[in-house]
Amino acid sequence: MDLHEYQAAELLSRYGIPVNRGIVCETPEQVRDAAQQLGGRVVVKAQVHAGGRGKAGGIKLANDPDEAATVTSQILGMDIRGRTVHRVLVAPAVRYVHEYYLGVVLDRGARSVVVMASSAGGVDIEEVARQTPEKIVREYADPFLGLHDYQARRLGFALGLTPDQVRGFATIARQLFSAYSELDASLAEINPLVLTDTGSWLALDTKIVVDDNALFRHREYEALRDTQAEDPREREARAAGVSFVALDGEIGCVVNGAGLAMATMDAIKLYGGTPANFLDVGGGASAERVATAFRLVLADPKVKAVLINIFGGITRGDVVAQGILDALKVVPVRVPLVIRLVGTNQEEGRRLLEAAGLTVVESMDEAAQKVVAAAKGVSA
Amino acid sequence: MSILVDAATRVLVQGITGREGSFHTSQMLEYGTKIVAGVTPGAGGRTVHGVPVFDTVAQAVAATQPNASIVYVPAPFAPDAVYEAIDAGIPLVVCITEGIPVLDTLKLYHYARRHGTRLIGPNCPGLITPGQAKLGIMPGYIHRPGPVGIVSRSGTLTYEVVWALTQAGLGQSTAVGIGGDPIIGTSFVDVLELFEADPQTEAIVLIGEIGGTDEETAAAFIRDHVTKPVIGFIAGRTAPPGKRMGHAGAIIAGGQGTAAEKVAALEAAGVRVAERPTQVADLVRQALAARAA
Repeated sequence: MDLHEYQAAELLSRYGIPVNRGIVCETPEQVRDAAQQLGGRVVVKAQVHAGGRGKAGGIKLANDPDEAATVTSQILGMDIRGRTVHRVLVAPAVRYVHEYYLGVVLDRGARSVVVMASSAGGVDIEEVARQTPEKIVREYADPFLGLHDYQARRLGFALGLTPDQVRGFATIARQLFSAYSELDASLAEINPLVLTDTGSWLALDTKIVVDDNALFRHREYEALRDTQAEDPREREARAAGVSFVALDGEIGCVVNGAGLAMATMDAIKLYGGTPANFLDVGGGASAERVATAFRLVLADPKVKAVLINIFGGITRGDVVAQGILDALKVVPVRVPLVIRLVGTNQEEGRRLLEAAGLTVVESMDEAAQKVVAAAKGVSA
Repeated sequence: MSILVDAATRVLVQGITGREGSFHTSQMLEYGTKIVAGVTPGAGGRTVHGVPVFDTVAQAVAATQPNASIVYVPAPFAPDAVYEAIDAGIPLVVCITEGIPVLDTLKLYHYARRHGTRLIGPNCPGLITPGQAKLGIMPGYIHRPGPVGIVSRSGTLTYEVVWALTQAGLGQSTAVGIGGDPIIGTSFVDVLELFEADPQTEAIVLIGEIGGTDEETAAAFIRDHVTKPVIGFIAGRTAPPGKRMGHAGAIIAGGQGTAAEKVAALEAAGVRVAERPTQVADLVRQALAARAA
């Protein structure tokens, strides 16, 4: 789950990190008041779950409250990589001498949490990693003891900071690591972390992504979820315990198991079609979940045919078939439907489905070919 | 021969009184798995499907000497169950549970390694040595004993490939589902090493998916250390970047973890990569024929 910049800023402040906090606003009038309150030059920043806000024109400087209100009216409602801007953050414009990067992330390959720092701050760190990887320094945290103080200092020295600067930098690195661990983040990032012209450290932009698996022990995150920014179908899917990702194609997919769901999308592509979604109904493929799956898939007007691919496994084929039939009673499917069903009692399951006039096939390849043909309006 | 589990494996089920634990205990018993004990704190003294239940793993170990444990405990309590098994000295722990926070799994990974325990999973279907023992949630009937070793990050996709192999008359030595999380106890490389050393295994099937770089690491290991033929399949060629595809670990992040990169790495290491799950069976048959010739 992604948090907004202003939410991350608030959380990181609690860990003692000096953050250029600012004020969240939803209208140009609120921004004018906020800028008045802050005084001096301000920066107005779009609050969306998307990178590249600056390049897209979502971050603007303003010299006075009126200009702040004017730039806000340009930013609000703007579309940044498919996300509409509903909120901005107004913060004092800061004079700084250098921009650094500081981030904590899981390094899957190393089976470790890594703290990364760079003197090339203020730009996309992935870009730095590609272009000038030597400008990134890393320290790997012990899984039980965390980040040692000497490691935090070593990062600072590796960046070429003076001993005085290292002290402040190392403190922030340790605070960011603590925040990452205690908040169950999968990413905690300050970019840029600046050294101001008065010699102090300030986090100008912060980002936190939290581990979805850890939401059960952080009830407070539910209030931070931006439901406005979500695809309503992804929200319905989450509530029903179904994994769903909307794509651009024309063949709806209802599959049990994530790996099989991806393989099904790939097979559709291989046979000349395009998948409209990723969807894993989970184990058992119950009638309620299949009904939810149909609703999610059919809500997309581009969908011209639907493929159901269920490897029943321990769940009996006739039970799955009955689930599909029950779901069809609740949610009528108005496009061609191709069903592929394997599992214990699969023959009985197929009989049930065929008796209801549905197309049932044996292999995944055949199913993919049939559904692609159906979407194109020809029979295979 | 086989790897990790066989007919002699003595199995402990943690979370045996829960819905999942109880159901799968009956399924595993039916398959012929030797389940010697179960653990649910507070349920000691009961029996589930004839299996004695203990309050603690230490008690179960003292009374029944299991040498493998399978964990069906819900995510908030699963790490504690795994620690309990590791501390009781059980050498193989299979964690089926999905949804464990990754920072917990990271600790489990290192704790298991430091104590010499082999942890499989979490978020995995378990493992099966056909005709001998099933420690997991996979349907037993789709498997047949035979020469093909399988290692996979997926569940139902593995069943799909196993079913295609069985229908083609190609049985399996052991099928290991290593799990779909970003951090897992046992990696492709660990299992490849075991299959390479196992006399029954004549060909290996590796089923990967988008996310992380474990397939690339496996490719390098295959190039340098595996003499047996390896057939690959990678799911997620059509997956968009930045979206988690069901499994917590199946996400293309920062341009890393694409299917194309994994396929290329495997092919460069001499692995034949199937485009469709069913094609795996054809490629395995060809590889075995070439090896026999």
